[in-house]
Amino acid sequence: MKALVCVKRVIDYNVKPRVKSDGTGVDLANVKMSMNPFDEIAVEEAIRLKEKGVVTEIVALSVGPAKAQETLRTALAMGADRAVLVQVDDGVDVEPLAVAKIVKAVAEEEGASLIITGKQAIDDDSNQVGQMVAALMGRPQGTFANEVTVEGDSVVVKREIDGGLETVKLALPAVVTTDLRLNEPRYASLPNIMKAKSKPLATKAPGDYGVDIAPRLKTLKVSEPPVRSAGIKVADVDALVAKLKEMGVA
Amino acid sequence: MKTLVWVEHDNAAVKDATLAAVTAASQLGEVHLLVAGSGCKAVADQAAQIAGVGKVHLADDAAYANALAENVAPLVADLMGHHDAFVAPATTTGKNIAPRVAALLDVMQISDILSVEGPKTFTRPIYAGNAIATVESSDAKLVITVRGTAFAKAATSGGSGVVEAVSGPGEAGTSSFVGSEIAKSERPELTSAKIIVSGGRALKDAETFAATITPLADKLGAAIGASRAAVDAGYVPNDYQVGQTGKIVAPEVYIAVGISGAIQHLAGMKDSKTIIAINKDEDAPIFQVADIGLVADLFSAVPELTSKL
Repeated sequence: MKALVCVKRVIDYNVKPRVKSDGTGVDLANVKMSMNPFDEIAVEEAIRLKEKGVVTEIVALSVGPAKAQETLRTALAMGADRAVLVQVDDGVDVEPLAVAKIVKAVAEEEGASLIITGKQAIDDDSNQVGQMVAALMGRPQGTFANEVTVEGDSVVVKREIDGGLETVKLALPAVVTTDLRLNEPRYASLPNIMKAKSKPLATKAPGDYGVDIAPRLKTLKVSEPPVRSAGIKVADVDALVAKLKEMGVA
Repeated sequence: MKTLVWVEHDNAAVKDATLAAVTAASQLGEVHLLVAGSGCKAVADQAAQIAGVGKVHLADDAAYANALAENVAPLVADLMGHHDAFVAPATTTGKNIAPRVAALLDVMQISDILSVEGPKTFTRPIYAGNAIATVESSDAKLVITVRGTAFAKAATSGGSGVVEAVSGPGEAGTSSFVGSEIAKSERPELTSAKIIVSGGRALKDAETFAATITPLADKLGAAIGASRAAVDAGYVPNDYQVGQTGKIVAPEVYIAVGISGAIQHLAGMKDSKTIIAINKDEDAPIFQVADIGLVADLFSAVPELTSKL
């Protein structure tokens, strides 16, 4: 069975984002970019399913600028077999709804039985694409996955929910979105990074799938969050206890 | 504008997260509620008491018992024929269902709103709360999830909503609920606790975390949280995680123990009323947001604090 893994190129998660002074967005010029950490977990999960003999081929998909090729090469170096880049111009943000329409089209073209992606991208923090893909395809979804087990023509997904875990059984094809504890992604080895350079990477456009990427949301302004200023330091535990008592906590 | 608010519940009682969503919805217009579940009439009656509520749609069907998105989203999409905005709390249930509804309606969802700025304009955090975007929707209908800590809770009494039974498409037949493991705890829930004691990677291991953090939390009647680093290291389960990828909290008092204050953690707790940090590294970023800081070795300071409270 074929797995489609969706990955996004985002600001590296160790970089502190800076709001542009003109309030139009976040400054991404000369900033380190990486694969969205939740998508790395998605790639890893697909590879583990392939290593178990459940998945036979892994196709990595990204919707983004030409440079998202680097992100796809990372997925290929980790162990994906092929990649598809649905390319848009630099600086064009494709909203989750349009991304989901593209993912649906590629998934159907590829005949993918399992679509795996991160639960959210750490740039726009929308947490929407997986659920939207599932809705558009009329297929079930296992969001915030903590454990994924394929059983015949179903996938059993243990999900991270408020207060604990929940297990659902989904008929394939299905969409899975990854949470933090699903697995620990591997690092690509140097030989695999070299090998990834010759793996196939197809470049397409949203129009090839008949998807309109015109945004539905207009960003009027991007601003800095309110700043919280540092308070006082106390000398010892007794002083802290005194403060807590003052506040009526203890 | 007519809004339809998703009522979060366990088929027995309305959960608190609903109340902030009601407040957000009331800023948009008329508030109608949806109680979808199984044997959940009592929930609908309770929900009808929430201040400012108009109609309460009650969809009582075995297919909705566990709020499976595959079954519930088509029901919501149907009801959206008579409503202008679907408003859900940004809980794991709301986040699971709302985008599925949005896609069925061909609408771009607005996630995790912090404020209502106009009939179609909202603010929402991006980049882990390091930036706040003001966005305006051009869609005919709105689908919104609401950050619970950003809106006051609606009063649970004083309302006079009318409960009306509705039916939806029912079982989609593509998914089934197998079971759940809900941590049973005497402690307050993380997202509604007045006091939270949180531990970080400095706690060394699961045993040390429990031995250090638990007694202090017990003494204060506090919920226990953790940084992503502590969760990653396996000290505590993921549902303890406070941060961009975990829970967003805003208690009266947040006590961060051995937490350095990574961006991702601050995103989850910086709206707390008072932040107290205990860390031995005086340059730790957590001190830049803490109201009260104590530079000390937590292994001596926390037990001492616990004994003196």
